[in-house]
Amino acid sequence: MVIRWGRLWPLPFIEMTLGEFTTVDPFKVVKVVESQVTLHRRHPLPRRAIKEECPPTRRCLYTPLKERNDLPPIQYDPVLCTRSNCRAILNPLCQVDYRAKFWVCNFCFQRNPFPAQYGAMTEQCQPAELIPQFSTIEYTIMRAQVPPPIFLFVIDTCMDEEELSSLKEAIQLSLSLLPPNALIGIITFGKMVAVHELGCDGCAKSYVFRGTKDLSGKQLQEMLGLTRQAPGQVPAPGAPGAMPGQVPRQQGPVNRFLQPLSSVDMYVTDLLGELQRDPWLVPQGKRALRSTGVALSVAVGLLECCYPGNGGRIMLFVGGPCSQGPGQVVNDDLKNPIRSHHDIEKDNAKYMKKAIKHYEALGVRAAANGHAVDIYSCALDQTGLAEMKFCPNNTGGHMVMGDSFNSSLFKQTYQRVFARNEKGELRMAFNATLEVKTSRELKVSGAIGPCVSLGVKSGCVAETEMGMGGTCQWKFCALTPSTTTAIFFEIVNQHGAPIPQGGRGCIQFITQYQHSSGQQRVRVVTVARNWADATANLYHISAGFDQDASAVLMARLAVFRAESDDGSDVLRWVDRMLIRLCQKFGEYSKDDQNSFRLAEHFSLYPQFMFHLRRSQFLQVFNNSPDETSFYRHMLNREDLTQSLIMMQPLLYSYSFNGPPEPVLLDSSSIQADRILLMDTFFQIVIFHGETIAQWRAAGYHKLPEYDNFRQLLEAPMTDAQEILQSRFPMPRYIDTDQGGSQARFLLSKVNPSQTHNNMYAYGGSMPVPQSSADGGAPVLTDDVSLQVFMDHLKKLAVSSTA
Amino acid sequence: MQVAGAYNPQQQLPNLTQQINSLSINGQPQQGPGQVKQPPPGPPQLFPQQGLQSNVQQPPQFQPAPGPGYRPPQQPQPVPGGFPPQIQSQHPFPPQSAGQPPQANGYAPQPQQQSYPPQQPQPQAGPPHLGPPGPGGYGVQSPPQPGGYMGPPNAGYPPQPQQPIQGQPQGANYFTGPPVAGPPGPGAPAPGQYGMPLAPGQYPRPPGPGGYQPNLPHAPSGPGVPQYPGMPGAGAAAGTKRLDPDQMPSAIGVMQEDQQSRGGVFQTNQRGLLPPLVTTKFLVEDHGNASPRFVRSTMYSIPAQPDMLKQTAVPFAIVVNPLDNPARDEQPISCVDLGPMGPVRCIRCKAYMSPLMQFIDGGRRFQCLLCKATTEVPPEYFQHLDHQGQRVDKWERPELCKGTYEFVATMEYCRNNALPKEPAFIFVLDVSYNNVKSGLVNLLCSHMKSLLENLPSHTPVGFITYNSKVHFYNIDSSLAQPQMVIVPDVADMFMPLLKGFLVPRAEAINAIDNLMNQIPAMFHDTKETDAVLGPAVQAGMEALKASERVGKLLLFHSTLPSSDLAPGKLKNREGDRRLLGTDKEKTVLTPQNTYYNNLGQECVGAGVAVELYLFNNAYIDVATIGQVARLTGGAVNKYQYFQADIDGPRIIGDLAYHLSRPVGFDAVMRVRTSTGVRPTDFHGHFLMQNTTDVELGAIDAGKAIAVEIKHDDKLTEDEGVFIQIALLYTTIFGQRRLRLHNLALNTCGQMADLYRNCELDTIINFLAKQAVSKSIDSTPQAIKEGVIARCAQMLATYRKQCANPSMPGQLILPECLKLLPLYVNCVLKNDAVAGTQELTPDDRSWMMYNLMTMGVGQTVHYFYPKLIPVSGPTAQLDNPLPIRCSRDKLSEDSAYILETGIYLFLWIGASVNPDWLQNIFGVSNLAQLNVEPITELPDVNSDESLRLRGFIRTLRTERQRHMRLTVVRQRDKMELVMNRFLVEDRTSDGHPSYVDFLCHMHKEIRGLLNQ
Repeated sequence: MVIRWGRLWPLPFIEMTLGEFTTVDPFKVVKVVESQVTLHRRHPLPRRAIKEECPPTRRCLYTPLKERNDLPPIQYDPVLCTRSNCRAILNPLCQVDYRAKFWVCNFCFQRNPFPAQYGAMTEQCQPAELIPQFSTIEYTIMRAQVPPPIFLFVIDTCMDEEELSSLKEAIQLSLSLLPPNALIGIITFGKMVAVHELGCDGCAKSYVFRGTKDLSGKQLQEMLGLTRQAPGQVPAPGAPGAMPGQVPRQQGPVNRFLQPLSSVDMYVTDLLGELQRDPWLVPQGKRALRSTGVALSVAVGLLECCYPGNGGRIMLFVGGPCSQGPGQVVNDDLKNPIRSHHDIEKDNAKYMKKAIKHYEALGVRAAANGHAVDIYSCALDQTGLAEMKFCPNNTGGHMVMGDSFNSSLFKQTYQRVFARNEKGELRMAFNATLEVKTSRELKVSGAIGPCVSLGVKSGCVAETEMGMGGTCQWKFCALTPSTTTAIFFEIVNQHGAPIPQGGRGCIQFITQYQHSSGQQRVRVVTVARNWADATANLYHISAGFDQDASAVLMARLAVFRAESDDGSDVLRWVDRMLIRLCQKFGEYSKDDQNSFRLAEHFSLYPQFMFHLRRSQFLQVFNNSPDETSFYRHMLNREDLTQSLIMMQPLLYSYSFNGPPEPVLLDSSSIQADRILLMDTFFQIVIFHGETIAQWRAAGYHKLPEYDNFRQLLEAPMTDAQEILQSRFPMPRYIDTDQGGSQARFLLSKVNPSQTHNNMYAYGGSMPVPQSSADGGAPVLTDDVSLQVFMDHLKKLAVSSTA
Repeated sequence: MQVAGAYNPQQQLPNLTQQINSLSINGQPQQGPGQVKQPPPGPPQLFPQQGLQSNVQQPPQFQPAPGPGYRPPQQPQPVPGGFPPQIQSQHPFPPQSAGQPPQANGYAPQPQQQSYPPQQPQPQAGPPHLGPPGPGGYGVQSPPQPGGYMGPPNAGYPPQPQQPIQGQPQGANYFTGPPVAGPPGPGAPAPGQYGMPLAPGQYPRPPGPGGYQPNLPHAPSGPGVPQYPGMPGAGAAAGTKRLDPDQMPSAIGVMQEDQQSRGGVFQTNQRGLLPPLVTTKFLVEDHGNASPRFVRSTMYSIPAQPDMLKQTAVPFAIVVNPLDNPARDEQPISCVDLGPMGPVRCIRCKAYMSPLMQFIDGGRRFQCLLCKATTEVPPEYFQHLDHQGQRVDKWERPELCKGTYEFVATMEYCRNNALPKEPAFIFVLDVSYNNVKSGLVNLLCSHMKSLLENLPSHTPVGFITYNSKVHFYNIDSSLAQPQMVIVPDVADMFMPLLKGFLVPRAEAINAIDNLMNQIPAMFHDTKETDAVLGPAVQAGMEALKASERVGKLLLFHSTLPSSDLAPGKLKNREGDRRLLGTDKEKTVLTPQNTYYNNLGQECVGAGVAVELYLFNNAYIDVATIGQVARLTGGAVNKYQYFQADIDGPRIIGDLAYHLSRPVGFDAVMRVRTSTGVRPTDFHGHFLMQNTTDVELGAIDAGKAIAVEIKHDDKLTEDEGVFIQIALLYTTIFGQRRLRLHNLALNTCGQMADLYRNCELDTIINFLAKQAVSKSIDSTPQAIKEGVIARCAQMLATYRKQCANPSMPGQLILPECLKLLPLYVNCVLKNDAVAGTQELTPDDRSWMMYNLMTMGVGQTVHYFYPKLIPVSGPTAQLDNPLPIRCSRDKLSEDSAYILETGIYLFLWIGASVNPDWLQNIFGVSNLAQLNVEPITELPDVNSDESLRLRGFIRTLRTERQRHMRLTVVRQRDKMELVMNRFLVEDRTSDGHPSYVDFLCHMHKEIRGLLNQ
C-alpha cells in the first residue's frame, strides 16, 4: 500500500508534525490514496460539525478498496489486541518480542501474547502482517462465508417502447455479466409495483402493490409471506471447500423472489422479454403515474426481510419523476414543472420535503442492512435525483444520470458497473464496515463519503464532528476500487500526557467487507506520521502539505455544507478558509500585497479554490437540482485524481506544432488553429478552433494530401475514446466547434481572462502564453478571472485587519 | 276469535282429531254426489269441512263453539285411529264420474296405495280416479243435504261439468256436509271421554287457548280403532285410520284437475283472466297481457274498495319472473327497435308504450291508462287510426298488441350514457386448503372449459383466485403462459391488471386451458386456511370497473372469513344455534356487521352481481356473507361437506345450468300501476335505495321478485287495474334493453269475485316470502301466528260473506283457496320459515335466501314436494303421476322419488322387486346396496335404468338445478331426513300433520266467525 504523499512507515516521515496541538492546528494531510475507505454522512448530523473557528484540521482521503496486486493472500484471522476497548490489529508498527512471543499494541500499548499458531515465528521468519511492506494487508475470513451478492432490479415501465426495450436489453446483457450464483430479483413499477416471483413453472407470478401506499417492512413481510432470517445467519454453504456458488437453497418462501441467476436465467430472460410498458393510459397533458417511492420501499423492504446484513444492490432504473404516492416529487399534471433550484430557495417545492424524508428513511434502512441502492436515471427532464440522492449517497450506490436508456452513455456506464478485475472478480464489494483506530493523541472527528455512521463510540472518537462524526465506524454498503472517503482527525492534548517528541501518531483503518466471490475479507491499513512542532518546524509541516488532497477535502467539506447551507455562505466560508491558509503559510510582509509568496506546495491551491468556487458543485445556476445532486454525488465518492479533474478540468491542446500538450484552463488557450480536448470528468469536450472547423467543414481531411489534418482531427478523438473507455460513469462526449452552441461547455469552465469587459481595456497587453498570433477568445461573462481573484486574495491575506 | 291462543300443535291436535273423528262418524254427506259440483278431476278436492261434524242433527255434539269453556277432554288418549277421516271435501267428485256413485257414504277413497281396500280407485292414477266414489265418497255423503255444499264452479273454469244445483254460484265454497255426527262407533271413545268437542259442555269454548288442554298428549293414533259406521269404506275396514287424510283436499288432485281442464292454450286477451296453475302444462298466446310465466298475481279481480281487501286479508301481490323464457312452443319475445327516438313513453308517469295506451285525437296523442295523462305522439311514431280507433299498425307493433315485449334502449338508458360492452363473467375461486382438499379446485379447473361453452363466444371471462391474498390472472392470448398477479394488500384492494384479465372466452381458450392446468398445480400443497372473502369480491368488482363493464362474479368460497388483516372479518356465531326457533333467532339470522351489505351496495352501484357458491365444512355465516348475493341479485348456493368425487356432478351441473340460463345485467326494475294502487313492498334479491327502483346487479330467468300492491284510494269497478313492469337491463351480448310486462286486472265490487279469482300458489309464494322477510325483525312465534291468523281470516271472511248460510260448524272453503290450509301448513313447517334447532343457522339462512328468489313454479314443489312412484307397474316416468306427500302412500314394495327443487330422494321400499334393483343398481338385494356414496344412479344398461336416469335428468333440467340424489332405503337413518318432506304428515319436531292442522284451522275460523 502506498500512501501517495507521506509514504509508508519505514520511510522517513515528514508528515505528521507535532506541534502545539493545543493552539494552532497545523495543516496536516494524511493522504492515504491507496487503501481503503471514505466516509460521509450527512443527514442526522448538524452542521455544527464543522466549526468555523476550526481551520482545516488533519484529514485524509482513504480509498478502501484500492486495487493492489501485491497483497499477500492471507487466509487466517487477524490477531487482535486483547484490550477490550482497543482491539487493534497486529501490524508492522507494533513492537514484537520474538522470544517471549509478545507484541505491544501501538495504539494502547497493551502487551499481548501471540496465539499458539505463531509459536514458530522468529525475526527471520515473520508472518506477513509484521513485514513492513505489508502495512496494508488483507485477511480472508474463511469461517464466515456469506452468500453471493444479491442484485435486485427495480425497473420503471413508464417509458416509451424504445426506451424500455433498450433498458431491457441492457439488463439482459448485464445478467451475463453477473456471477452465476448471484441472487437476483426483479421488481417492476409504473402505476403499481410488481414484485416478480422467479422460476415458477407454467405461470408467471407477481405480487402487486398499490403505488400510492407505503408499506412497512413488517407489512411487506406478511404480504409477501416472507420468513425473516436472523441477521448474519446466512445460509452456510456446507463445507468450506464447497463451491462458492453453491449456496444451499433455503427452504421456505424466501427464495421465491431472489434466486440464483443460474437457476432462473431463462425465466428472467423471458420475463424481461415479456415485460410491457405500463398499460395505464396517460391522458393528454399528464405525466405517467410512476410509483418510484413505493417501488424502492418495497425493494428495500424485501431485502431487509430476506437478507439483512448480506451484501446486495438494489438497482433502480427510472425514466421519469415519481408522480404519485410516497416519494412523489411532482404531480402528474404536466402543467406543473418539476421543481428548480429557484423553487427550492423560495420554498416552493411542494413535495420535496416529504419526498426527501421518504427516501432518506429508505436510505437509512438499506444502509442498516448493508444493501446499496443504485439509481440509473435516464430522462430528458429531471427525475427527482435531488430527493432520491440519499439512497445512493448513504449506501454507496451509484447514481447515473443520462438522457436516454438508448444512449451509449447509459449502456456503457451500466456495463461498467459489472466490470471485473484480472482475476475475473467483480470490481465491487458489499456491506463493508470501516473502522478507524488512532493512537491517543489523535481522534476521529468524522468522515465524508458514500457511507453512514454506525454510531459506534470509542476512545478515539473526537468531540467535535466534521462530516459524519461521533463514531469510529462507518458502513459502506457497496465499494468500488475507486470509492474514496474523507476522514477527519483531531489532535488532542491530553493533559499530563504530552506527545513525546519525535513520536509518531498512528492510524489504523480496518475495512471488513463482503467480497464479490462471497468471501468475508478484512483489509487493514496502518499508517504512522511523525509529530512535528508547529511553532518550531512549520516548514516541516508545510512541506508535508498535499495541496491536491487538501483541495479535494476542502471541496468535500464545502459540498457537505452546501447541502444544507445557503450557497453564498458556503462560498464565503471557502474564501475565509483560503485566506486563513494564505495568512499562515504565505510569506509576505504585512499590508504589502506584492510581497506575497506561497511555497511551492501551496502554489496551486488557490487556483483549485478558484475553480471550486466556480464549479457546478457550489454554483447551482444553470443546473437543475438533479444535476447538482449528481455532480455532488460523484465528487463525494471519487478518488483524488478524478476529484481534481472535476474541480479543475484538464485541457489539452492539439496542433500541427507538436504533440498534444496540456494547456492552461484559460480562455487564452482557445486558438483558431488548435483543437482542444477538455475533460471535466462529466464531459469530454473536443473543441475545434475556428480555422480547424472551417477546414473540416471544407472537407480537407478527406483529401489524401491533407492526411496530416485528418490525423490531427483524429488525435483528440482517440484520446477521448481512451478516457471514455475507462471512466465510470461514462462522460458525455461533446464534439463542437468554436462558436458552436455546444462550445459553452468549454467556455463556462475556462478562466475568463479575456471577457467583453477587459478585452479592449487591456488590449493586446495581455500576456499571451501561446505563440499564436491571436490571443485566445473572449468569454462573455461577468465572472471574475483568476487574476482578479488572486489579487484580491493577496490583498486580503496580507491585510493586517483581516 | 281469540284463537290466538297459543296454538300448540302437539297438544291440541289430538283433540281436534278426535273431534273430527267423532263428528265424522256419522258423517252424512250433505250433498249427494251429484250435487257436488265437482270441478275437476282432482280427487281430493274436497274440503274438509271442518266441521266435520254433522251439521245437521247433531247439534249437541258439535258445538259451534260459542261457549267459552272448552273443556279438555279428559282422556288424553283419543282414539286416534279410531275415526275415519271425516273431512269432507265438498267436491270430492270429479265430474267425470258421471254416474253418481252409489256409494252412500262414500268415503272417498283416496287412493291409498295399500291401506285402502281395493275398491277405491287410486287417486294418483290421474284424473279418472276421482271419479269413483260418489260424492259421498268423501265423508260427505248424503247428497241430499241441502246446505251442504255448494260447489259452484268458478267462473273461470270452463269445463265444469255439472254444477251442483244447490250450490250457490260461488264456485268456491264447499262445505262438507258434516256428517251426521255419528256417534262414535263402538270402539270409539265416548265423546265425553275424549273431550270430544261436540258436546256442548265439553267444548265450552273451542278456541280459547285455555281450552286445549295442554297435557293431553295423545298420540294421534290411538289404540282403538273406531269403527265408523258411517264409513263404509276402507276406513272402517282398515280399521287403522281415524280421520282419513284422503278426504282432505288434495294438492295432487287439484293440479291434475287443472291440468285436465286448463291445459292447452291460454290466451291473454282479456283482462283479469285467471291463468292455469303453474303446475299445469299450457301454452300462452300473448294477446296483450303478460304471460303468467312472467307475472302472476295473487288475485285477478281487485276489490274496488280497499276495505274489502283488508277484510278478506287476501294479499294483493304479484310475483314477477321478468327474464323467464317463454315455453318452447310459445312465441319468442319480440324486440322493438325504435332507433334513436327510443321507446315512446307517457309524459307524466313515464310508462312505456303498451297496449294500455289509447290513441286519441286521430292518433296524434295517446292517453296513458296508468296515469291518465295524454302525450303527443312523436312524429316518427305517428300512425292513423282505423274506424275502431285502433292504430292501423297495431298488429305490426308488438308494443301495441303484446303483453310482453322488449325495446332496444338508447344511450340515455345506459350507464354513463355510453353503450355497454359485453358483460363479463369472473370466476373467483377460493384456493385455500379446504377447497383444494375437497377437490373442488381441481374439479372446477378440469371442467372449466366445458362450462364456458355455455357462454357466448364473445363474452369476456376472467379468473381470480384467493386465499389470504388475491390473485388475478392475465390470460392475454399473446402471452406465452398465463401470468398470475398477486395482490397481497387485501385491506386495500385494487385492480392490478389493465389488459389481459378479461378476454373473450373463445379467444382465450388456450390460455384458459393452460391456466386451468396451472391453478391446481400451484395450490395443490397449499397450507393456507384463510380465505379473504370481502377483498375477493372487491377484486372482482374493481376488475369490472376497470374494464368499464358490468358482469357477474361467481364466487367459490369455503370458510368463514376470519383473517384479521382483511376487512369483513366475521366471528363464529354458531354457538348460538340453539337460538333458532326462539325469539332470539334473529340474532343469528341478521348480518353480524354491515360490511357485506355495504359491499353489496357498492357492487350494485358498479353493475356487478355476485353468485355465492359455498363449500363450507363448518359455520360460515351465510346470513352475513349472503348479503352480498342478496343485494346484487345473486343467489347463495351451498354445498356443505363438499367432496369432489361425490358432489362433483352436482356443482358442475349447477354451474352449467347457471351459465346457460338467460340473464340480464346491471338491471333496474320499476313497477308502475294505474292510479289507485301502488307497489309498496318488494321481496327478492335486489337493492332498493328508494321506494320505486329495484336495482339488480344481474337477474336471471330463475329469479323472481314478489311485489305487494296496496290501495291508495278507491277504484272504480269497471276500470280495472293496470300494471306495467319495466326491466332495463343489458343482455349478455352487451345490448341495452327494456323488457316490459303489462298486466291488466279486473276490479270488482263483490267479494265473491275476489275469491273466485285468486291464485293460491302465488298467495303462498308471497306469504312465505313475507314471513321470511319478517323473520329478521319479528319472532318465529309471532310470524307463525300471523300466518295462521291471516289464513283463518281469509277463510272465515269467505265463510261469512260469500258462502251459503250453513251450519256454523261446517268448514267451507272457497274453491280457489281450498288448499290454503294444506299449503300454509307446509309453509309453516318449511325450513326457510320455521327453522328448528335441528337446523344450523347457516342452513336456515340459506333456505331463506333460496326462498326469496323462487318463482311461483318453484315454491309449489318446494312447499309441497313431488312424490312420484318410480318402480312397479304404476310408474309412468314419461308422464309421472305424483302422489300425496304422506308416509302412508309409500308402499314397501315400490320405490319413489321425492323432489322439492332442492332435494331429490330416491326411497326404496324394503321389499322392492329385486328385478328392479338389479335393473337400476345392479344388485339383487337391497342389503347389498351401499347407498352412502351414491349421488347418481349407476350406469346400468337396462331400459328401466335408462328411463329412470332420464327422468331424473328431466327433473333437474326443469329445476335448473342439479339436485343431489340421495338414496334412502326404507328404515335407513336417512329416512328421518326424508320424512321431513312428507309434508302431510306430522313431523318429528312437532309440526302438525295436514289433518291436524286443518282441524286447527277450522277451529280458528270458527273462532273468528263467532266473534
